[in-house]
Amino acid sequence: MTSTTPQSSPASSTPSPTRPGWLSKQLILAIGAVLIIIFSLAPVMWELLTSIKTNEAITSDPLVYFPSWSQYTLQHYWELLVQNRFYIYIFNSALVAVTSTVLCLCIGSPAAYALTRLHLPGERIILGVVLVVTLFPYILLFLGLLEIVRAVGLANNYLALIIPYTAINLPLTILVMRSFFQQMPRDLEDSAKIDGYSTLGMLVKIILPLTLPALVTTGILAFIFAWNEYIFALTFITRESMKTIPVAAAQLAGTTLFDIPYGPLAAATIIGTLPLILLVLFFQRKIVQGLTAGSVKG
Amino acid sequence: MSNVAVKNLNKTYTAKVVPVRDTSLRVEEGEFLTLVGPSGCGKSTTLRIIAGLEQPTRGQVLINDKDVTALRPGDRNIAMVFQSYALYPHMNVYENMASGLKLKGMGDVEIRDRIKDANDVLGLDDLLDRKPANLSGGQRQRVALGRALVRRPDVFLLDEPLSNLDALLREQVRADLKQIFERQSAPVIYVTHDQTEAMTLSTKVAVLHKGDVQQLDSPERIYTRPANKFVASFIGSPQMNLLTLPCEGNQAVLGSSRITLPDRFVPPPEVVLGVRPEHIRIASPGDQPLVKGTVFLVENLGMSYLVSVHVDGSEDTTLRVLLPSDQTWDQQITLTMSPEKLHWFNVQTEERLPDHGA
Amino acid sequence: MTQDTIRAREQRTGWLLVLPAILVLLLVYAYPIGRAFVLSFFTENLSTNLEAVPTGFSNYVRMVLDGRFWSSIWNTTIFTAVSLCLELVLGMAIALVLDQAFRGRGLVRTVAIIPWALPTALIALAWRWIFNGEFGVWNDMLLNWFHLIEQPVNWLGDPTWAMVSAIAADVWKTTSFVAILLLAGLQAIPQELYEAHEVDGASPLQSFRHITLPLLMPQIIIAMLFRFAQAFGIFDLLIVMTGGGPGGATEMVSLYIYDTVMRYLDFGYGAALVVVTFLILIGVVAIAGFFLTRARTASGEL
Repeated sequence: MTSTTPQSSPASSTPSPTRPGWLSKQLILAIGAVLIIIFSLAPVMWELLTSIKTNEAITSDPLVYFPSWSQYTLQHYWELLVQNRFYIYIFNSALVAVTSTVLCLCIGSPAAYALTRLHLPGERIILGVVLVVTLFPYILLFLGLLEIVRAVGLANNYLALIIPYTAINLPLTILVMRSFFQQMPRDLEDSAKIDGYSTLGMLVKIILPLTLPALVTTGILAFIFAWNEYIFALTFITRESMKTIPVAAAQLAGTTLFDIPYGPLAAATIIGTLPLILLVLFFQRKIVQGLTAGSVKG
Repeated sequence: MSNVAVKNLNKTYTAKVVPVRDTSLRVEEGEFLTLVGPSGCGKSTTLRIIAGLEQPTRGQVLINDKDVTALRPGDRNIAMVFQSYALYPHMNVYENMASGLKLKGMGDVEIRDRIKDANDVLGLDDLLDRKPANLSGGQRQRVALGRALVRRPDVFLLDEPLSNLDALLREQVRADLKQIFERQSAPVIYVTHDQTEAMTLSTKVAVLHKGDVQQLDSPERIYTRPANKFVASFIGSPQMNLLTLPCEGNQAVLGSSRITLPDRFVPPPEVVLGVRPEHIRIASPGDQPLVKGTVFLVENLGMSYLVSVHVDGSEDTTLRVLLPSDQTWDQQITLTMSPEKLHWFNVQTEERLPDHGA
Repeated sequence: MTQDTIRAREQRTGWLLVLPAILVLLLVYAYPIGRAFVLSFFTENLSTNLEAVPTGFSNYVRMVLDGRFWSSIWNTTIFTAVSLCLELVLGMAIALVLDQAFRGRGLVRTVAIIPWALPTALIALAWRWIFNGEFGVWNDMLLNWFHLIEQPVNWLGDPTWAMVSAIAADVWKTTSFVAILLLAGLQAIPQELYEAHEVDGASPLQSFRHITLPLLMPQIIIAMLFRFAQAFGIFDLLIVMTGGGPGGATEMVSLYIYDTVMRYLDFGYGAALVVVTFLILIGVVAIAGFFLTRARTASGEL
């Protein structure tokens, strides 16, 4: 079609909508975008569908993709929350993740500030080590930590998770906060010094309030990592009432060999992932910012 | 009576990087000292050392004749205005001005009084509840100034406080600054790279270059008696003509013309002649000395023309001349300059040749 | 009084601020790694009644002869290599799409991060369910939608398919991380470079090769380095999804370490395995660091 009217274009910042190839480019982009959405959401959506289907619908042949009205149920959630008392695990996960996140920010941001502005001898070495340490898989640490946990008698104590979670998030906190501190105008600190603030007073009254957005960014990342951690939670906590969601959900699958509770498992997955999906939906920008600051600039 | 001084101040980073080299300065009550120089001359470092934001490698900082070199900035009773104003973004104007006073343990009533006094001068009353983000550049600048004034310090330090303002506003604020600081007596040290600010505001000017004080004098003397070639070239706009000329007897040779050296000199083989563009004019009959040349560039500055001239008989030599805009001239031009407006410098040391006696 | 009392005071405060962080890092990182080095020269297992008995290099000698160790190293290498390649290609494709301007880009970007943010252990459950041999949706799609297979495949019951499934799950989970980092790198490349190159008559493909790839190389290396470390130490995904099975076909080094310590209570040998894994990791980090410096120099960043 060789129409002389300009293509009615969707609002986009592409410079010249009439250029040849523009339409095919938009088409490829649209297909790409749809594929990305399907790729990213399909497994989660399938879990969601499974979690609200009746057992018969779950195991029917042929597979039920979109259940009819009679095949919807909240029974799996009920089973999970009431019979398996899953809210305990939600509480445990939240407690451990929130506590370790707060602790991590309290310890990490002053350290990041000192490593950015106070010219400590050896700060380059410390930063180098911090950078390398972000790469260590937790499997390298669990043996030594297990010994400590046993020696100090911390097994089945929330501290056995809170302390390692604080530690595994410290390098990231230091790197991200440092990249924010570096961007802060130095005059502000000089001005505070002339006003008579001590280093600590300046940190608490001037610098940290100004880096609140950075603290939120870092906090979200730390929370995600702590919420998702598995190996320490599996090893250091054996008492049923203190387990975290990932461990509790995984063991749900392992309890019965023959009659695997697909529905409740799916429901557990959804419950455990929901807080994180919400975090992503609300704080997408901050997460991206934190991740790139923590790795690219470091 | 407050005063501030630095003695033999030195800041050395490496053998090659020495931003401040053996500097001694003293500013008395009622004085306004400007440190001026190109970037990297050490003026900001000097100021920051006086403030205590940086530590000298050697030397002392004295406030009211007391050695404060080892005191923290907050304990020196100084006030500083920064180029970026450095207002705390999360505090409103009132809190910004009060924060330093609160840290000193001052009571609310006195803080309020002081801020009110400062506002009588600065007119910030309507802005007290605003955050810095909601202020214009000029308003921020005034808040920064207010924050300094309320402290009633022993010394005011200002680091390029006008650089972030646009040109129009800058002139007005400059005039305001002058009035504000004339009304109080604490010594002021002001850092700028702008010679106009230096000339208009100060009672004393220190021209700095490569860590050294080149000249410390009143603005008038800096202009009329530059101590060396650097000061001569740095102060004054358009720049002073600086010509290296051979000498024949007691005359310097400029192209086809001869300029008689002052009697007091032992005639050197070569000499640097300095003459400001505004001190050269088109020759009238009877003027001496005469310099003939060819005009090759005319720049219109509005109130005058900046005319560039190749000197006849010495084609590499260029003279820049400021001519009134109502004057006309030919391409071939004959110029003259008054002998008392000429500056003579030693070719090797670049120092000014002595004004009186031999 | 020395001239530098202000600086000295400031530094003292500085150390106080850093100290808690350093102590926690020493406790949780330095001690376990150091302890593993020491313990690797001891035998501490059921045969010694869990007492540490110094036995020199015997753990390392045993490792050389340990077929299960070598097969776990092999599995880990395959898993890591294939995952990283797929993630790089897919992540780059996603980053290139998300770098373009189109309506709804913000939403797509948000959705694309979701997989990265979710707990691996729970994701492993989800994928186990998808690859379920009886009721799995993957089998159903291949059978009834695409007609690629005649019979349901027991994905997690077959050694090769189990590895493929695990890799698929890992790629799904971590591609978004790669895409985020690459996208940040793409956005830092000035648009003028592409325009200048286009004016010179270059095709989009040529622009990708001559501008995008070289300038993005530092980000690519960083992303791959992070992903290497995570994939090489992968634990939760496999222990939940396959448990290392069938028949050890998906047993990674980390799973072997965990089994050695927690099941066989062989602490000395477990420590030796930790040490070797640690050294491999450090070696790769050093090599990547070398290439990173080179790439940064080449892209003009340094």
